[in-house]
Amino acid sequence: MSTMLGLLQAIPYEALLIQTLNGIVTGMILALIASGLTLIFGIMDVVNFAHGELFMFGAYMGVVVISATGSFWLALVLATLIVALIGAALQITTLRPLLGRDPLTTILATFGISLVMQNYALWQFGPVARKIPEPFSGQFTLFYLEYPWYRVLIAVLSAAIIGGFYLFLKYGTYGIWIRATTQDRVMAEAMGIPVSWVHTAVFGIGAGMAAASGVLFGPLVGVNHAMGLDWVLKAFIVVVVGGMGNLGGSIVASIFISLLEAYASIWVSPAQAVIVSFVVLILTLLFRPTGLFATPK
Amino acid sequence: MSKRSATVYWIGFSIILALLIVAPLVLTEFWRRFLTEILVWGLLAMSSDILIGYTGMVSFGHSAFFGLGMYGAAAALLMVRPPNLWLAILYGLVGSAGIALFVAYFSTRLRDIYFAITTLIFSQIFYVIIFTWTEVTGGENGLTFRRPALEIPGLFSVPFSSETLHWFVLAVVTASYLILRRITQSPFGMVLQSIRENEARTRAIGYAVERYKMTAVMLSGLFAGLAGVLYALQNRFAAPDFVYFLVSGETVIFNVMGGIGTLVGPIVRAGFFLLLREAFSRFFTEYYLIPVGVIFIAMVIFMPQGLLGFMRRWLNQ
Repeated sequence: MSTMLGLLQAIPYEALLIQTLNGIVTGMILALIASGLTLIFGIMDVVNFAHGELFMFGAYMGVVVISATGSFWLALVLATLIVALIGAALQITTLRPLLGRDPLTTILATFGISLVMQNYALWQFGPVARKIPEPFSGQFTLFYLEYPWYRVLIAVLSAAIIGGFYLFLKYGTYGIWIRATTQDRVMAEAMGIPVSWVHTAVFGIGAGMAAASGVLFGPLVGVNHAMGLDWVLKAFIVVVVGGMGNLGGSIVASIFISLLEAYASIWVSPAQAVIVSFVVLILTLLFRPTGLFATPK
Repeated sequence: MSKRSATVYWIGFSIILALLIVAPLVLTEFWRRFLTEILVWGLLAMSSDILIGYTGMVSFGHSAFFGLGMYGAAAALLMVRPPNLWLAILYGLVGSAGIALFVAYFSTRLRDIYFAITTLIFSQIFYVIIFTWTEVTGGENGLTFRRPALEIPGLFSVPFSSETLHWFVLAVVTASYLILRRITQSPFGMVLQSIRENEARTRAIGYAVERYKMTAVMLSGLFAGLAGVLYALQNRFAAPDFVYFLVSGETVIFNVMGGIGTLVGPIVRAGFFLLLREAFSRFFTEYYLIPVGVIFIAMVIFMPQGLLGFMRRWLNQ
């Protein structure tokens, strides 16, 4: 009995609560990245290797706009729009010619894009990490920590973007076009939906969402040319765990995996906590190879 | 293969082999190293051709096998005194085969693009482990070691010079090529090709497709590991950079651009790519990957059959 009590007392409740908050914040950012990735896959069978680079470009655009205007919110909006346009242009020039070919060719093409974008960023901005200042610096006391409000705001904003996007998909005319194209490309085309433009728009939207998360996340870490890589790996894990092309699944999986990693980092270093998401992935592949939340076709 | 084309093939093979044997005697030190490197990357490309070209599974995780080959060799050379060449190869092969078994067990449950992504994620997992486990792997700095002597126990033992290293690598790569070529023409290789053409039908005929796929991944991983060992011997270090997925991506580039399912194509392309990279890195310094990426995208769009396929079609016109 006393050992039970000892065990219960040994649980660091405060740390758990703080990590829950941290996990939700990173989970929402990850969800924002992963939902673009899974949407792009779901609608056009494109595995977008360059997604992390779009995230990184968004963060750099944020840095540029902030240093020019000083406004974080303007930077958030402008970076999202600019990267969305870049994404649309990339889709038209490199992915549209590949439509109808093996999806594997899209991995190769987007891999090439990510090489170019990453090295372009290195060339333009140099290897030294840039910093995006937090738009405001309020904090609240959480046990022994001063927890910045900005982090909470990230989670709320990400949720708002994802929620807005969901409503758009559900009720907007163009949202219905997107869902129709996901379901049946040929039929949608026959109904007069300009499928190739829907593809371009979806790629643009996905790119914009990645860019928005880049700007939002910028203040928490340094902005550098390689920052996209960690995130794209995590986003891929989330997308596989959630079921490829399943929007709701990848959002749930994002939060689930981020929470697990946050809890794990109470006991091990954050770098080692990444192993947790790998374990989740392996278990998923073992027992539900099509993803935890896959809907049977 | 008809008797005549077989003769032509073996004559061509002998001429190229003879040229490669003579090459280090006439080349300068820089180009000698370069040629050896082409052979090593060629072996890596060839190993993944077994999966991509013959079985129709695109692996984005070959850097893991290659890297584990390097670290395996490093382990043998650092732990066993005196350092022994054959032990290094053995350790490297055991390391990469173990990893390949692990990856194969999980990833062969999935097909096509899902297989590609899973192998990619696995290679990144090993990258993270190697990168963070500093006490054992040296972390970011990797491991450096001395090159062992080239010896055959009881016969001779000479230290490696750049010529003998080249010949040694050439011998290993040639042997691997012949073995892989034999495998692809064997009944086993035929089953792999039939999996590529029609997996459902292959299963219906009664072949245990999963087992064949796993064997193919392991075989491929084994030769990729061998390439890793050779690379470690040449450069005398093992670094996490080589476990990074950039290497896997380049391996796929070698294959797709060289014409998949040809074994020779990837080697040609590896040589072409290294030359291209060398040329670009002189003009664009460290940003050479920008033009390489652009060329790569253009090739994916305009030359889906690869360089050899493109040339063949062009000649046929």
